[in-house]
Amino acid sequence: MTPPQDSQPELSRRSFLKRSAVVGGSLVVGFFVPAPLRRFAFAQEPPGAAAAPALPPVNAFLRIGGDESVTVLLAHSEMGQGIWTTLPMMVNEELDADWSRFRVEHAPAATVYHSPVFPIQMTGGSTSTWSELDRYRQVGAVARTLLVAAAAAQWGVAPADCRTEKGWVLHGDRKASYGSLAAAAAQLPAPDHVELKAPENWQVIGKPTRRLDTPEKITGRAQFGLDVQLPGMLTAVVAHARTFGAKVRSFDPAAAQAVPGVRKVFAVPTGVAVVADHFWAAKKGRDALQVEWDPGPHAGLDTAILRESYRAQAKSAGAKAAAGGDVEKALSGAVPLVAEYSVPYLAHAPMEPLNCTVRRGAEGVELWTGTQFQTVDQQRVAAIFGLKPEQVEIHTTFLGGGFGRRANLVSDFVVEAAHVAKNLDQPVKLVWTRDDDIRGGYYRPMAVHRLEGALDAQGAPVAWRQRIVSQSIVAGSPFAAMIKDGIDPTAVEGASDSQYVTAIPHHRVELHTVDPGIPVLWWRSVGSSHTAFAVESFVDELAHAAKRDPLEFRRALLAKAPRMRAVLELAAEKAGWGSAPPAGRGRGLAVHESFGSIVAHVAEVSVDGGHVRVHRVVCAIDCGVCVNPLGVRAQMESGVVYGLSAALYGELTMKEGRVVESNFHDYRILRLHEMPQVEVHIVSSREKSGGAGEPGTPPIAPAVANAVFALTGQRLRELPLRLA
Amino acid sequence: MKLSVNGKEHDVSVSDDMPLLWVLRDVLGLTGTKFGCGMAQCGACTVLVDGQPVRSCVRPAAAVEGRAVTTIEGLSLQGDHPVQRAWAEVDVVQCGYCQSGQILAAAALLQAKPKPSDADVDAALSGNLCRCGTYQRIRSAVHRAAELMEG
Repeated sequence: MTPPQDSQPELSRRSFLKRSAVVGGSLVVGFFVPAPLRRFAFAQEPPGAAAAPALPPVNAFLRIGGDESVTVLLAHSEMGQGIWTTLPMMVNEELDADWSRFRVEHAPAATVYHSPVFPIQMTGGSTSTWSELDRYRQVGAVARTLLVAAAAAQWGVAPADCRTEKGWVLHGDRKASYGSLAAAAAQLPAPDHVELKAPENWQVIGKPTRRLDTPEKITGRAQFGLDVQLPGMLTAVVAHARTFGAKVRSFDPAAAQAVPGVRKVFAVPTGVAVVADHFWAAKKGRDALQVEWDPGPHAGLDTAILRESYRAQAKSAGAKAAAGGDVEKALSGAVPLVAEYSVPYLAHAPMEPLNCTVRRGAEGVELWTGTQFQTVDQQRVAAIFGLKPEQVEIHTTFLGGGFGRRANLVSDFVVEAAHVAKNLDQPVKLVWTRDDDIRGGYYRPMAVHRLEGALDAQGAPVAWRQRIVSQSIVAGSPFAAMIKDGIDPTAVEGASDSQYVTAIPHHRVELHTVDPGIPVLWWRSVGSSHTAFAVESFVDELAHAAKRDPLEFRRALLAKAPRMRAVLELAAEKAGWGSAPPAGRGRGLAVHESFGSIVAHVAEVSVDGGHVRVHRVVCAIDCGVCVNPLGVRAQMESGVVYGLSAALYGELTMKEGRVVESNFHDYRILRLHEMPQVEVHIVSSREKSGGAGEPGTPPIAPAVANAVFALTGQRLRELPLRLA
Repeated sequence: MKLSVNGKEHDVSVSDDMPLLWVLRDVLGLTGTKFGCGMAQCGACTVLVDGQPVRSCVRPAAAVEGRAVTTIEGLSLQGDHPVQRAWAEVDVVQCGYCQSGQILAAAALLQAKPKPSDADVDAALSGNLCRCGTYQRIRSAVHRAAELMEG
């Protein structure tokens, strides 16, 4: 993956000190390790690799206050996935401080916070936990080394004779608190090497730990982007076109300006901004506004017609994404099983509508927003104002859900806010309404998969051809270098690398990349959000054709994928696979690997008045080393619900270029009374840590579809699932 | 108009159609009440009016004059209402955006039904959407809060 150019220089030390000097009235001493800031790349290496890379600059990640507070700065954004807790756990595994003293802040935007695995500051790809496992432990280890050294120097003893316990350094009957040692520790030279604890000695990692952000989130104190309030701040909404690629032809601001509280109405590249004293006035102004649009080149779009064109295209050969053996020959020698699967456009629909606050100052611009893409936003906003990226300061707030929508390749809502701010002297908060969100593009792309398969005389699969028709997410973006030989990996992941597919002697995965002009983006689990549905449904169809039990058929196919098979077996066993389901219910299963983790779900469903009801989901996950089992469970529950909303209801349709749906009444998401009982089983493992935020989503749709088949004999090949 | 919010009287001058949500957030600075849909579909804006859950995004502030409005900021002084304690114990929250509404809806339910059944919880809370999918933990936390209230 080759993301945007890494161009902004390091945030200065002075700037850090300015930020950290006084917090809550007490002096806070930040550690500063004057080592050269080298890129931190060893998370790509296996844990315990021999190479000794530069240690992270601890002061950028950790502050220990004279008041005993321990403040961890997060290089990634908290959007519900729980890194507000997980990353501090890693620090404390080595630091040995008092957990009740921990505080957490989002880091500013600066190169020191670039991801260990991508050269930008970002949150996505389910990478935050596994990619930071070394860096945040090292931060804790360096800090502890310095605190012990400071105490040892004070007492005139050897550091090796000291020990630590819950925020204290101890030697014989002497003890000194971390807070009392912080100032002295900050003056010491940083070690050039620290030994991290062996996994068998871990006390914190692996221990179910409750979230650190709960107190502010249950009292209304947590600040999301939408909650930012600045002196003199105005609120903007933008009248957006109803078709993608439309332009403002003309507008009459008079009616909008007549609304009390409306201050200014003007065109921006994406529409017409209405700026007012508060949201309600801005919204009323927008409702009153008259805009003439040039509808642009996509005014004829119709998703039903588009889907038919995808189906037609899926019948011809596409670009090769994976191949083995001779699939043509293997298919021609048999009566192949053929099936077409299709999935619609989906909006991410995070609960917090998109927003961004901008304040222009003499030296630069400040942004307040819940973003997953600090570096990208910073560069794009800098370009709009003619500034250097480091003159754009980003205050990352809590994200009221992200799911990929706030990792926008063109920073759409942030850029729009910048254009609005450029026309104003006062600070301004841009607010999108729910309509703006649902109709605003950057969707999970629609996709059609055509599958052809053949079995041998014993019922084992010998041929698998999968033709995918979909859009590229990264084409034309700074991430376009991900495209190799015409294949955007985000369109085929989960199929081209599926251990089912590659285990079949003759297999081929092909891609047709289309561009109907609808903006698309990564949506929780990206390509796997549709490839898992096609692959796991077709595996189920092959099992049925082979007259084999779905579990047994998969076990045989996964003979050379022991981890995947074990996860599947665990879920099946815990779900009681093989025993009769409760009366009126059917069971289906699916297993899928994504983002370095493997998840299997067994879904138990019934059908009631034409609707599918999911009663129980038994989930098993192997995510390698599991840092916080309580958090991983939460992410599995979350991934199931997110995937169920899509499986049962999620669909955006377009007619005459316009998105039909607009809000939660017609873009339905799962509600509490539809929540199945979800049981999560975590495989105990010392394998390399994988992701948890996304991998729970892909296998739920096929598990439910397969259960519907088991119960009714109806094979549902389109999402959302609709019974005949 | 005069509004009573969390036991405090406020005199605000806004248009008659301005929803309570925006008066709370943009005029009174009480941002714990959230905007999610603007059409009473998601429950993020839930507040209590005389103890009853109300979608503040569609209720004009003028319609609650003279009535007692409780927002998440006013549910308890220390964040220790039994519902909040149960939420912490069960580790409910994820992104947290919908939780003010969930907690107020749960508090209203328990006020009316100290020992709710699962069906009662479903009925009372199915109007509050959570995109992170914390529903299972919300269910257990409501029951746990009921236990805590019983003492």
